[in-house]
Amino acid sequence: MVEKRPLLDFVTHAVLIVGAFVIAFPLYVTFVASTLSLEQIMSVPMPLLPGSHFIENYSQVLFAGSTTGSKAAVLDMLFNSTVMALAVPLGKITISILSSFAIVYFRFPLRNFFFWMIFVTLMLPVEVRIIPTFKVMADLGLLNTYAGLTLPLIASATATFLFRQFFMTIPDELAEAARIDGAGPMRFFWDVVLPLSKTTMAALFVIQFIYGWNQYLWPLLVTTSEDMYPVVIGIKRMIAGGDSGNEWNIVMATALLAMLPPALVVVLMQRWFVKGLVDTEK
Amino acid sequence: MEKRVVFRSAWLPYLLLAPQLAITIVFFFWPAGQAVWYSFQLQDAFGLHSEFVGFDNFTALFKDPHYLESFKTTAVFSVAVAGLGIAISLLLATMADRVVRGALVYKTVLIWPYAVAAAVAGVLWAFMFAPSIGIITYVLKGLGVDWNWIINGDQAMLLIIIASVWKQISYNFLFFLAGLQSIPKSLIEAAAIDGAGPARRFWTIVLPLLSPTAFFLLVVNIVYAFFDTFGVIDSTTQGGPAQATQILVYKVYHDGIKAADIGGSSAQSVILMIIVIALTAIQFKFIERKVQY
Repeated sequence: MVEKRPLLDFVTHAVLIVGAFVIAFPLYVTFVASTLSLEQIMSVPMPLLPGSHFIENYSQVLFAGSTTGSKAAVLDMLFNSTVMALAVPLGKITISILSSFAIVYFRFPLRNFFFWMIFVTLMLPVEVRIIPTFKVMADLGLLNTYAGLTLPLIASATATFLFRQFFMTIPDELAEAARIDGAGPMRFFWDVVLPLSKTTMAALFVIQFIYGWNQYLWPLLVTTSEDMYPVVIGIKRMIAGGDSGNEWNIVMATALLAMLPPALVVVLMQRWFVKGLVDTEK
Repeated sequence: MEKRVVFRSAWLPYLLLAPQLAITIVFFFWPAGQAVWYSFQLQDAFGLHSEFVGFDNFTALFKDPHYLESFKTTAVFSVAVAGLGIAISLLLATMADRVVRGALVYKTVLIWPYAVAAAVAGVLWAFMFAPSIGIITYVLKGLGVDWNWIINGDQAMLLIIIASVWKQISYNFLFFLAGLQSIPKSLIEAAAIDGAGPARRFWTIVLPLLSPTAFFLLVVNIVYAFFDTFGVIDSTTQGGPAQATQILVYKVYHDGIKAADIGGSSAQSVILMIIVIALTAIQFKFIERKVQY
């Protein structure tokens, strides 16, 4: 703080409180709605204090699902989301750390060509190749499988770049020392590169966990059977249409469950999260 | 940038690259190639027969008023999302940079929406704005506003803008905050000693120094509005009413999956690819400049 300005301090806190209120209000409404009965939500205006149907709603959501629209139990959907949220970052970290190790620590024919091949995938997000990718998945028999849900998402230029950038900062002396001691490249990778990359991996894991958990368009295309839905798709399928035809208390309980794991990751692992976010965009 | 010390092996680097390249080829290059191929073909509804039609799919697109309308919708939507998102988060970040007490609490509250899936964000706001039971609809009714986004196109657009901006604020906020914290305190103090007040300091020192961050966020936000808001739209308006919220990505999905117009949808995909390539090029040009900055 450069100087004392009580009025400006007041305005600062006022703006932040209003901002925080607007940002957090949807979360509060979701929580309240998930503890009410359907009749209470339908009575306009709905109460803004939590009701007494918390256990009832959540046990219906977890074990039985909604009665309109999709009827799959949300517990199964949470499991599918967890598979995606773990497989995507783990797969991504594994294949990108290997490929950037090859690109940084070896000289071989076509090295630049392969680097550019990975690089241009930045320009081909799922959204621009919806139909053909769907056809490829169908041809390979990967519809409604975990492999189909996760494999196409684990190729990523950003992770490869991030590791490449980090490897460039590892002092050459380390590789030299390893070579003099007679260590081969894989030994060097396991004993030196991998331990040094821990922070980068942690940051990447946090970002990619959220990315995997929140996938929408891709699972929408490759899952047709209800037992393969991740929870984000499940919510969409519960909304049958029309705003009064839905079981909003059930939908909101599902929504809360759907945002809880990634939100916890963001809040509890804030340091890694911020590092990951800033690094991946560099 | 090249390493001075490298390892030698005739086969190991290829083996290390193989998994990433395999996935890249199967799920990126093959489908993207097919998108280009289909975009020059006309297929019957069952995919049994197709013929080469050259640029017909593209010319048909640019004669289609719905497609041109979708371009306009996308422009309005992305400018609104990027503009509002950047302005609001700049304000919040500037304020958060000033406070000492409670900074962590504010920061935590402001960043968690990043964790919310776009489709879930859409559902939350659709619920609060629901025409008959929504809590905000109720307040608006009290203020004399007749709110029904299911039949009113402008209100539907407003709804998806609000939901999309809400979700993106945390991202912008973090980058602005990081940018603000990297401005040397001595600059601010020197200006204060010279008698510049907070507002003057913001406009003449802070804002110019933040401009690279702001430009970077502009590109990222436009990409976000173009592609990542698919979930918001699909869980709320689904492009309606009467295509008022049908942005380009949604139209690719709708025409390809729902209407099974493979050729037309692929041609749209190819146009989108060109837009992404242009945006990525701009972004990289900027990053090169930032290094020298």
